[in-house]
Amino acid sequence: MKADVQPRPVLAKETSVAAGEVLLSLEHVSLSFGGVKALRDVSFDIRKGEIRAIIGPNGAGKTSMLNVINGFYHPQEGVITFKGRRRHNMRPHLAASQGIARTFQNVALFKGMSTLDNIMTGRTLKMRRGILAHVLHWGPAQREEIRHREAVEHIIDFLEIAHIRKVPVGKLPYGLQKRVELGRALAMEPELLLLDEPMAGMNLEEKQDMSRFILTVKDSFDTTIALIEHDMGVVMDLSDRVVVLDYGRKIADGSPAAVQNDQAVIDAYLGVAH
Amino acid sequence: MTGTGASQSVAAAHDDALDTPPKLLLFNARVHGQRPAIRHKDFGIWQTWSWARLLAQVRALSIGLRKLDLKRGDMVAIIGDNRPRLYATFAAVQSLGAIPVPVYQDSVAEEMAYVLEHAEVKIAVVEDQEQVDKIISVANRLPHLKKIIYDDPRGLKDYDAGNLHAFSDVQALGEEEMRANPGAEAWWRDEIGKGQGSDISVVLYTSGTTGRPKGVMLTNANIVISARNGNIFDNFGPDDTLLAYLPMAWVGDHLFSYGQAYVGAMCVCCPESPETALEDRREIGPTYFFAPPRVFENLLTQIMVRMEDAGAIKRRLFHYFLGVARRCGEDILNGKKVGPADRLLYRLGDLLFFAPLRNRMGFSRTRVAYTAGEAIGPELFRFYRSLGINLKQLYGQTEASVYITLQPDGEVYPDSVGKPGPDVEIKIAENGEVLFRSPGVFLKYHKNEEATRATKTPEGWVHTGDAGFFDQRGHLKIIDRAKDVGRLSGGALFAPKYLENRLKFYPEIREAVAFGQGEAYATMLVNIDQISVGNWAERNGVAYASYQELAARPDVYAIVKARVDELNRALAEEPQMAASQIRRFLILHKELDADDGELTRTLKVRRSFIAERYAPLIKALYDGSSSCHVATEMTFEDGRKGVVEGEVKIVDMAVHAARPPQPVREAAE
Repeated sequence: MKADVQPRPVLAKETSVAAGEVLLSLEHVSLSFGGVKALRDVSFDIRKGEIRAIIGPNGAGKTSMLNVINGFYHPQEGVITFKGRRRHNMRPHLAASQGIARTFQNVALFKGMSTLDNIMTGRTLKMRRGILAHVLHWGPAQREEIRHREAVEHIIDFLEIAHIRKVPVGKLPYGLQKRVELGRALAMEPELLLLDEPMAGMNLEEKQDMSRFILTVKDSFDTTIALIEHDMGVVMDLSDRVVVLDYGRKIADGSPAAVQNDQAVIDAYLGVAH
Repeated sequence: MTGTGASQSVAAAHDDALDTPPKLLLFNARVHGQRPAIRHKDFGIWQTWSWARLLAQVRALSIGLRKLDLKRGDMVAIIGDNRPRLYATFAAVQSLGAIPVPVYQDSVAEEMAYVLEHAEVKIAVVEDQEQVDKIISVANRLPHLKKIIYDDPRGLKDYDAGNLHAFSDVQALGEEEMRANPGAEAWWRDEIGKGQGSDISVVLYTSGTTGRPKGVMLTNANIVISARNGNIFDNFGPDDTLLAYLPMAWVGDHLFSYGQAYVGAMCVCCPESPETALEDRREIGPTYFFAPPRVFENLLTQIMVRMEDAGAIKRRLFHYFLGVARRCGEDILNGKKVGPADRLLYRLGDLLFFAPLRNRMGFSRTRVAYTAGEAIGPELFRFYRSLGINLKQLYGQTEASVYITLQPDGEVYPDSVGKPGPDVEIKIAENGEVLFRSPGVFLKYHKNEEATRATKTPEGWVHTGDAGFFDQRGHLKIIDRAKDVGRLSGGALFAPKYLENRLKFYPEIREAVAFGQGEAYATMLVNIDQISVGNWAERNGVAYASYQELAARPDVYAIVKARVDELNRALAEEPQMAASQIRRFLILHKELDADDGELTRTLKVRRSFIAERYAPLIKALYDGSSSCHVATEMTFEDGRKGVVEGEVKIVDMAVHAARPPQPVREAAE
């Protein structure tokens, strides 16, 4: 009796970008912390409906890149355009309300709260009733909560985490926490989903599960995905295009096969005499 | 409204002959129309199908299957977890006189291919993409397979739709036919009317630990009569609820969740997913519950671990009341006389601990719980009974439509599997093998005359392959597989596994291997349980460096000796087993390990290999020496090999006088 996996959208998306067109573009982005240059003149774009991998050796600036995209860091230079609109000093919650969701390298869930409640928090931005109405839990507020709960239950069903619905996430093994975090991001019905090392610390089977989820998210949730990942097998299998960073610079950009054979990339990973 | 009028008269005509499941479905929909037939949890909420709704679901699917050219006698595979739609498929297929063949959902493609090919399955109704993929991967070997129907569409969007149909689409096909053709429903009810008790109802493939699985053909009468007997035995009816969580391809689930549920109009609940079964059981509170011993064991472990984490006061109280339960709980459950003080204490314990525990385990409303499949530890068994859960054992087989023996209320003993079920006759062959004859006896194995002849005599007796005997109370005890039972040189039965299992129920004993085939007496090699004995050592300040050192300690030997003595004492009580008392035993200097080939990968003892490997030890067990030097190669976890050697002590045991044989009350024959 499983219904379609697509959760019912609560809000209409304000502007829409057709598949294959540029959803987000970064032009000449530079970011530094004091004297440390995290990103230097990086330009690339993410197209609607693709899986875009961001790879690079440790300290290459991958996570900084994601932080710039979701408005947590503000680059000193460069232009960021999302859905055709140029962004100025975007705050993370504004980015979120525009449809950018993310997961974190080190799982950032509310450890004492259940799986269900954690994913419910992903719906916060979509709640329209005030705190008072929700505290009284009456009438429209109650109906709203039921509607959101339904959407969350679809996500729980999709991610196959029904058995941990009421378990505090702090008690869950790492692989499942990652899955819950993905669930919370999905609860926002994002247009762009940023995944920071979704497979880190997972065993082969968990990686396979996660890969399956990511592919299904792309296909049936109509979501564009940017992901950072160290497992090259996963990157090559999943992604449509790959951008490679090294010491804050973009050194390659293209299809997985092209990137894999790029001499600059090989040097960056294996190391050459500088 | 011609359809309804005709249908009522057709249904009424069948009232006196409810000999097939589809006829029972029509009856239940008429008599219990609004009562729950199936519940299932979806998106976190329990959904209910009434009998009337179930009938509508079955009818639409059945007519849809007819449109897909399913005919009388065709085989339909059913593969997946316990889902309401898959249960509905059984009745839908049987309505047309076709034959459902449930297949274990976790079998790999290769195993599945064998069954589908052997049964010449025409249509496969499966749960999801996983099963579809498996079938597609072997489709070239399945010339008879025409259609695959799936319940859950996720991931199947881009598949070639030619022979692949969504469950709901097939039902829509049926509904459309009913709209277009007003006679369709009456036709369908006529088809059900043509079904007979003697028709094949279902083909169940036995998982078969040896060789290829065999397809056991059961008739409608097998299923319906066995189900009726089961319901009468434990008084099940429309107010009973059960949780369907064991594989649908297993005869137990088929009889409990389908046969007995249809006969008794009981409500079957399907868990949200296999992982949530425990939580779902708690929410449903089934009145009837079946589980293999392993499930009860895990539950107990979980509870004990959690209680160890509880505060000191709670823990002390818990253990105190557990003692009360141990003392008088079973007697109270069995309706025996218990003193007023104990009765009061038990009442208090029930209020504070037992009832909440039962609730936590999902047994609050459980009237009857069964376990079967393997021996259950007496301690474990008593634990549940002392908490007021009516846990009983049964002994059954696919070839018997489950029931051979059951434990009647008030006559529950942990060491027996009960008395012959209603209408079941049992006899014990010369070599100790148990034979039975009952209305549940299968028709034959599908396309395997040879195996049928080897198992079923022309008079209808079925060889179980298990050896057993009736005790003084008229209860059957199963001791081992018949082929593994030998004799001591004195001629008495020697059942090594029976001895080993009884000893392994003690927590200090991890593994035991009995010898005695063709010898004058029985002996045993023992492995201690390093966790349990290690725990003892810690509490008593005993220092040790290795398993070998711990195992060789005189005080450890004393512990094991006391356990073996208890076993001997119990064996002396049983005339058939008294001669098998352990005369000599030793504790092995190393743990038996699958890496060394001593155990199978499923951790079963490889008796002949061990006999060969430890030949000097076994020789010493029989030549009267008090110790034996031994050196054994062993494989470490990283694959390196080494040698353990040492002196192993051998202990002589006192033999208890056998209980004078009393006239045995034969239950049958």
